[in-house]
Order: sequence, then C-alpha cells, then structure tokens
Amino acid sequence: MSDPAARRAVEAVWRIEASRLIAGLAAFTRDLGLAEELAQDALVAALERWPSTGIPDNPGAWLTTTARNRAVDLARRRGNHDRKLAELGRDLDEHAPEHDPDDDLLGLVFTACHPVLSPDARVALTLRVVGGLTTEEIASAFLVPEPTVAQRIVRAKKALAKAGARFETPPDEQRAERLGSVLGVLYLIFNEGYSATGGEHLVRPDLCVTALRLGRVLVSLVPREPEAHGLLALMELQASRIRARTTPDGAPVRLLDQDRSRWDRLLITRGLAGLERAERLGGGPYTAQAAIAACHARAATAEDTDWVRVVGLYELLALRVPSPVIALNHAVACGMAFGPEVGLELVDELLGEKALADYHLLPSARGDLLARLGRTGEARAEFERAAALTRNGRERAQLLARAQECGSGARPRTAAEDRG
Amino acid sequence: MRFMVLVKATADSEAGVMPTPEELTAMGAFNEELVKAGILLAGEGLHPSSNAVRVKFSGEGTTVVDGPFAETKELLAGFWILELPSWDEVVAWVRRVPNVTGAESELEIRQIFSDEDFAYAGEEVVAKEKELRARTENRG
Repeated sequence: MSDPAARRAVEAVWRIEASRLIAGLAAFTRDLGLAEELAQDALVAALERWPSTGIPDNPGAWLTTTARNRAVDLARRRGNHDRKLAELGRDLDEHAPEHDPDDDLLGLVFTACHPVLSPDARVALTLRVVGGLTTEEIASAFLVPEPTVAQRIVRAKKALAKAGARFETPPDEQRAERLGSVLGVLYLIFNEGYSATGGEHLVRPDLCVTALRLGRVLVSLVPREPEAHGLLALMELQASRIRARTTPDGAPVRLLDQDRSRWDRLLITRGLAGLERAERLGGGPYTAQAAIAACHARAATAEDTDWVRVVGLYELLALRVPSPVIALNHAVACGMAFGPEVGLELVDELLGEKALADYHLLPSARGDLLARLGRTGEARAEFERAAALTRNGRERAQLLARAQECGSGARPRTAAEDRG
Repeated sequence: MRFMVLVKATADSEAGVMPTPEELTAMGAFNEELVKAGILLAGEGLHPSSNAVRVKFSGEGTTVVDGPFAETKELLAGFWILELPSWDEVVAWVRRVPNVTGAESELEIRQIFSDEDFAYAGEEVVAKEKELRARTENRG
C-alpha cells in the first residue's frame, strides 16, 4: 500500500469509528474536549502504526484501548495536579469494556442537544461530534466564518462542563423533551440543506445526506420512538425530490412543475415504509408532516395529488402544533383542493400575523393565488414583495421572473407549494 | 455517493446451499452495523440462477432463456446499496463483511450514477425541462 493510500484507508476507518469512540470516551471522562483530544491521539497512533502493520481486525477496539491507555498515562503524569484526570485513572477499571457503545452514542447525541446550548451550538456540536464533520465543513454548510463555528463549539463544550452534563441518556422524565430537541436539530440540519436560507445555492444535498444518515442512526438507537421514525420518513420523502427541485443551472422548480420520473424511488420506498412504522407506533407532528409528503410521493402526476387529504392532514397538524406557517400551508392546499378563491380568502386571514410579516412564502403564495384568479397586477406586486424578503439568491431570481410573467401578460404557471 | 456492493455467486450459492446458522448470525450482525451507521439503503440476497430467467435482445426480437447459467463467476448472489461520502469509506466497510468459512469469494463495488454524472447532458436536460413546463402551462 502506498503511503497516501494507507493514510486514506486509516482515515476512512477513523470516520467509521470516530463518533462511537468519542461517545465512549465522553461517557467516562465527562469532558467532551478531553474525549476529542484522546480520540485524536488514538488516530495519530493509528496513522503511525497501521500503514506498516495493516488495519487490525477490530479497529474500533484498538482505537478505544489506545485512547484509554493514553488517558491513564495522562492521569499518571499529571498525578495530583489534576484531580479530574486522577479520578479518571481510577474510574477506568470500573468503566467495564463491555459497556454498550450504543448507549454511549445515544448519550452523546442527547448531550450535544442539551437545553443549556443555543440551537446554533446544538447543530454545530451534533455535526461535529456525531456527524464527524470538520469545523470547516460546518462553516461552509451554514455560510458562517470558520472561527465562528470553532468558537461556538468551544463555548458549547464549556457550557456543558459548567452544567455538569453527564453524557448519558437523560432520565425518563426529561427524555421526551430532550428527544424533541434532538429531532429539532436534525430537521434544522436537513432544512438548511433542502432549502438554503441564504446564498446562491437552493439545495445542498450533502447536508441533507448527513441529516438523513444521522436520522437513520437515531432511529436505530431509539427504535420505539414514533417521532424518530416520523422525522426520518419526512426527511426521506422530501429528499426524494431533491434531484427534481432545481434545473441543471440551479434554478428552483416548484412541486407541481417537477419531473416526477426524477424523484428517487428508493428514498420514497424507504420513506413510505418509515411512515407506516411511525403511524403504527402512534406518531406526532413529524409523522403528520411525513403523511403530507407521502401524498405527493404517491401521486404519479401533480394532477393526481389527493389535495383533500392534504387539507385534512394540515388540519390535524394544526390541532397538534398550531402555527401560522402551518395555517399558510393549509390555505395553499385549500387553494389546490377547492379553488383559488377559497385559498385566497384563507391566506388573507393571515396577513396580520406578526410571525409571517417577513416570511417570503406568504406574499409568494398570495401572488400565486391572485395570478390564478387573473388578477395579474396584484400578483406582480406580491411576487416583487416576496423577492425582496427572501435571502436566497435563486429564489429571488425565480420570484422576480414570476413577477415579470404577470406584467408581460403571459399566462402564469400554476403552482402549489412554492417550496417543492 | 451511492454504491452497489455486488455479492458474486459461488459454487455453493449456485447449488442452493443455504447459509449455516453461524454465517447467518455473522451476516445479521454486520447488517445491523450498517443500519446503526445509517448507511444501508437496501440489500437483498438472490436465489440461485437455476431459478432465473434471461431475456435477450437482438434486433427487434427477444428470446427468453431459463437458468441455470454456467459462468458462476459472472453471476450474482446478492447486493447491498450503501450511501457513503467516499470510495475510501465504502472499501473500509466492505472489508468488514464477515467471511465465516474462510472460503474464497468476491465482492464487487460499483458506484451508482448520480445527477452530477449527467452534467455533460446539461443543455438537453434543460430543453426537456422547458418542454415539460410548456406542457404544464398549456394545461393550466
């Protein structure tokens, strides 16, 4: 094996093992910074050894043993000067090697989404320690400077240490709330990839793939949680449309205009199966959203969509988690099921909503309904307003194009959920 | 990136010899690792080629040929579909497939085409898109 090839092979094994290794080390050191440091040391040792000895049969165990030996060394060397490490040295023997690595990983997932952390910090930490992304990758995904992400992670680790986080699965009474936080973080990551809030690209598939992978990991760790299945099903169904959501030059294509032959059948199959499991377990809001996504996935053509069912599902969702955004989606679905007059009437009821004041999809939906009613002048103004509100360059261009279509007297295209 | 890992047939798999409980356990544990890592999209085992059919195309005609087929090394016994960020990682995973009996066998990794692979066809795809839109507009 040539040197660069050997190095790449070792690094590939590292990426497979890193999250579980760090989880195990965090669980017994209760210090994420130290855990990462020890894990990195083990990687360096592997890079030194494996190219000549070959990759061991059980690389995970090799890395764990190496990291722990290093921890003991550190504890001895620092001796009484560092109480924490001295304690660690004692605890090492008590931390049984047969400790379930899945429990450790779940503990790490929950801790990365700890309530003392801001949502931004939860996302950064989850991507870093569970997803294995580098600081640079996280920064480029979220369009923030790398030092900002690095600092966010450092502060998050300090906050966790200060809060005395134990890197364990939280007790039952906190579990539902904390699981909600974990699901929220995964969906945030997915959404940033699916519909970028800023920048010049509408979708960043890599980020969606990462969110899907983490979602699948989570489902395997908590197989009885209906909403974990519901969220994963929702993400798989939405991700099935990624290929069709943009033209080759990156412009957005709305749901009704998409070439459905380009939807990913494998992800649809997985999403529908996941939805069934979620429903059987008694799912919640994510499951209801997955059921809506499934209505689109099941329709062979846009015209075949069961809009009445979509309306009903949005009503069900609104009962569980009332929100102006859901009310807007409900109005759009009503516009598709019962005609643009009905949709417009419902959308107009939302015009005073403070939460939607800067939400570009409100004027965009309104513009669409007005255009369908032939009120092109008003539609044009709405599309222009929407264009001024969005932070995404691709979306802005599309909205301005639609505004222009209204002005030039061209027949406007029909469209449903603008987001696709 | 998506990969298909092809499990090549062996004399045993072609003879319809079912895996031993030991092999099944090892393979089950490996599949569980793939699931836990969140990278397994699909995977199945295939019946031997004695239970297979080939449909051959030539000119305008088709011919149906029943199995079994002779060239064992060219036959398949199963597959996995994995989603991973790099070739290095898929190779690292496939090296972990258990080989309980120690018998000689072969796995082949093939990358599945994605949209980027068709970027060369850009303009044509754009044209198709435009045509599709035109059709929707006329209907609307």
